Amino acid sequence: MTLAPPRPGTLVKVRGVIGESPQRPDAADKVKGEFAYASDLRADGMLVGSTLRSPHAHARIRSIDVSKARAMPGVRAVLTAADLPTRELIGLMKLDQPVLARDVVCYVGEPVALVAADDVDRAVAAAKAIAVDYEPLAPVSDPVAALRPGALQVHEKGNIIDSVRVVHGDVRATADVVVSGEYEVAMQDQAALGPEAGLAIPDEDGGVTLHVATQWLHEDLRQIAPALGLPERKVRLVLAGVGGAFGAREDISLQVHCCLLALATKRPVRMSYGREESFFGHVHRHPARMWYEHGATKDGRLVYVRATVVLDGGAYASSSPAVVANASCFAAGPYRVANALVHGVAAYTTNPPAGAMRGFGAVQTCFAYEAQMDKLAAACGLDPVEIRVRNGLREGDAIITSQPMVGSAPVAEIVRRCADLPLPAERIPTDPLLLPGGTGNLTAGEGVVRATGYAAGFKNVCYSHGFDDSTTARVRLMRDARGPIARVHTAAAEVGQGVVSVMLQVTRTELGLERVELDTPDTSVGSAGSSSASRLTWMAGGAVQAACREVVVELDRRAAARGVSRRDVGLPALLDEPIDRTVTYRHRPTEALNETTQNHGHVAFLFAAHRATVDVDLGTGLVRVVQVATAQDVGKAINPLAVIGQLEGGIAQGLGLAVMEEIQLKDGRVRNPSFTDYLLPTILDMPPVLCDVIEHPHPDAPYGAKGVGEPPTISSTPAIVAAIRAATGKALNRVPVRPDDIVFGNESRSGWRIAPGADPATAERA
Amino acid sequence: MKLSLRLNGADRTADVAPHESLLTALRERFVLPGSKNACDQGECGSCSVLLDGELVCSCLVLAAAAEGREVRTAEGLTPDGGLHPVQRAFVEAGAVQCGFCTPGLIVAADALLRAEPEPTVAEIREALAGNICRCTGYGRIVDAVQRASKGIYE
Ligand code: FES
Ligand code: FES
Repeated sequence: MTLAPPRPGTLVKVRGVIGESPQRPDAADKVKGEFAYASDLRADGMLVGSTLRSPHAHARIRSIDVSKARAMPGVRAVLTAADLPTRELIGLMKLDQPVLARDVVCYVGEPVALVAADDVDRAVAAAKAIAVDYEPLAPVSDPVAALRPGALQVHEKGNIIDSVRVVHGDVRATADVVVSGEYEVAMQDQAALGPEAGLAIPDEDGGVTLHVATQWLHEDLRQIAPALGLPERKVRLVLAGVGGAFGAREDISLQVHCCLLALATKRPVRMSYGREESFFGHVHRHPARMWYEHGATKDGRLVYVRATVVLDGGAYASSSPAVVANASCFAAGPYRVANALVHGVAAYTTNPPAGAMRGFGAVQTCFAYEAQMDKLAAACGLDPVEIRVRNGLREGDAIITSQPMVGSAPVAEIVRRCADLPLPAERIPTDPLLLPGGTGNLTAGEGVVRATGYAAGFKNVCYSHGFDDSTTARVRLMRDARGPIARVHTAAAEVGQGVVSVMLQVTRTELGLERVELDTPDTSVGSAGSSSASRLTWMAGGAVQAACREVVVELDRRAAARGVSRRDVGLPALLDEPIDRTVTYRHRPTEALNETTQNHGHVAFLFAAHRATVDVDLGTGLVRVVQVATAQDVGKAINPLAVIGQLEGGIAQGLGLAVMEEIQLKDGRVRNPSFTDYLLPTILDMPPVLCDVIEHPHPDAPYGAKGVGEPPTISSTPAIVAAIRAATGKALNRVPVRPDDIVFGNESRSGWRIAPGADPATAERA
Repeated sequence: MKLSLRLNGADRTADVAPHESLLTALRERFVLPGSKNACDQGECGSCSVLLDGELVCSCLVLAAAAEGREVRTAEGLTPDGGLHPVQRAFVEAGAVQCGFCTPGLIVAADALLRAEPEPTVAEIREALAGNICRCTGYGRIVDAVQRASKGIYE
């Protein structure tokens, strides 16, 4: 394969091109506290919005009385479903969610009414003064029960949000060595530090401009405009500073609400969730129940994989169809296996809606299949590295959807290179601060066992299954008093990941020009698609590269018209008139899902392996992760320092899911909606991370760069749990692993028996 | 009620509510939104400021308690508007992603380095244990504080 070489337009060495790690363009403002996040925005005459939410998981709304709230001083608008301009529904993949609940509420936290008032205190007080008369209905809490015949239906069309079957090879294959298990992944929160926030400003033409922290401006627009009863041209979205996202900002939260209040009051309205409301106001990672069976030869070569995967989609569909497709397509892991049967279903329940979170379906099944691989290794007398090396996908191998690996699939290589990274030098420490329990001073080292575990994982990059995935970039090259300058305009959402650096570096590389500036992302340029699926390095990188190359074509044309060469005459001489090019970039098309999911549904794949070393206090069940090592194939590291940041940050989220992060539900209600009760890894919980970044360029990707963001969260969790299993000998079939699970050897049981690979509608009480 | 304090080196006064936190007063009354509001509960450190030189979570301090006292926020670390050495170290080390945790971390790291110009990694981790970052996994943050500790504070 060949990659087009960088084309510097001048002989001067340009700094900050691809492969270097220039400083982020937004970093100086961020360290000074001067970067404007959505929650920092203000406007003259601004009102503040507040949301009244359902206290019930499932209830009929008999009546809503807003008279008291409307009469309160400083209250400028109170809106319920009866006041909405349209009955349009919202939703990322299915339009199934009302803007405000009309007749029924389907989860605790569902928005019921809105208030705009002069300040926060008045807005909150008025929302509390709205009287809603509810008639409670039976909740639908168990996603497996929800799929059985006769279950109470959450919505009219049944409780299956979507189901995916993968039928590959001989579904009745038998094998000498068989291992099986039931696994559970609990509900994880994205916990982006920046709360959901937006500022809506009514426009003179009857439209509205919304400044908002989101992952995908144009998808928001697609849902907002119909809900407001406005044409899309009257709704303008501008990206405000985003304090992290991780999937939580892919769905609509307050976008429509904020605009409705601004249009109703003809004043700017700011909405900003506090931390507690944030837990109720965005989707979470799908909780999963998984039933697995693996068959292998005596020497540990996979013969078949069968799996049933049930995801709790909660009350509305969000991105459940794509999450269950991922979970199912990748259910056998990055391994060669000739026969597979997978049945994945996302179910409607009256639990909080689940949607996108980093890793997106691949996280859940990776936890299960990597536990299975370790069971197989033990049954075959192999070590965890060898079983993965023996079965790892190579270039040309197909996954269980029969899609062959194009470009590198270096599974054996990443596992070996990960294993080759140095292990922690120290023995079990004596300083209590460095032992499990830390400052709790619970052990002096007695009863502490150290062990190591491995895992590998993979997922798709970019959108799959026939989605028309595109990114538009506009590049203008001009001359000002200081010389040539390029301006790049896309709608790509910088959420922390560093796409701003990628776009600058690509432009510098292509135009041979250091002075590049980025316009604020908004909807006046074409869609960029979402900051998700690890896709923007590829997509925004590809779009900016393509637009720059069109600019270069024009430079060459101008030079030729004057009978000179571009390189000889230099940029300034060719820029009497600016050059302005807009390009929409697409990756090659993918195939839609079908009955057996035997097709080329994905554009390319990302691979990573992790090794975790843990100290476990067998007495208290507390765990300290001592070190994580990782090897990941990124294709090409456009910005090596940012790549390390993605690897370390993703591993922190994987560590969180392994040992501490869980949204606990009771009767559908989030019991721990605060950072006091929802534990996040602190600097004391994070061990040193050793990274081996592997660069096997992908033939279709710009510069070969595949994307980075998700694999670090996928296999880090199972690697840590494998290490805890090795230290304790306990089965540990759910994450997060709790101290009780370690001390008492608890195993998670759903109470349902399902033959792995079977339709979960056939579940029987165990 | 009136609140008067010395804020980033200047005498400032504003109307605040009696139950209002110092964080809310800084963000909404003094329009200094650099101190962040990620949890409002004392758990994340994103609101860290110096109150009479002492590191506090401004979400846990009543605005009224700052009466007549000196408050320094991330915006006020360098009077000339340039980059403070800790800020520069964060930029150079790649310790900033979304940046929502960053102002609080900068204030906390500055407080640490004033007290202990050459902290060990263990001391850095202990001092920053109250600051949550969801993006970075902390590796580059430790690196940034180590960079800043070299040659600036001695
Ligand atoms: S906002 Fe003050 S500690 Fe989190
Ligand atoms: S950089 Fe995003 S929370 Fe720290």
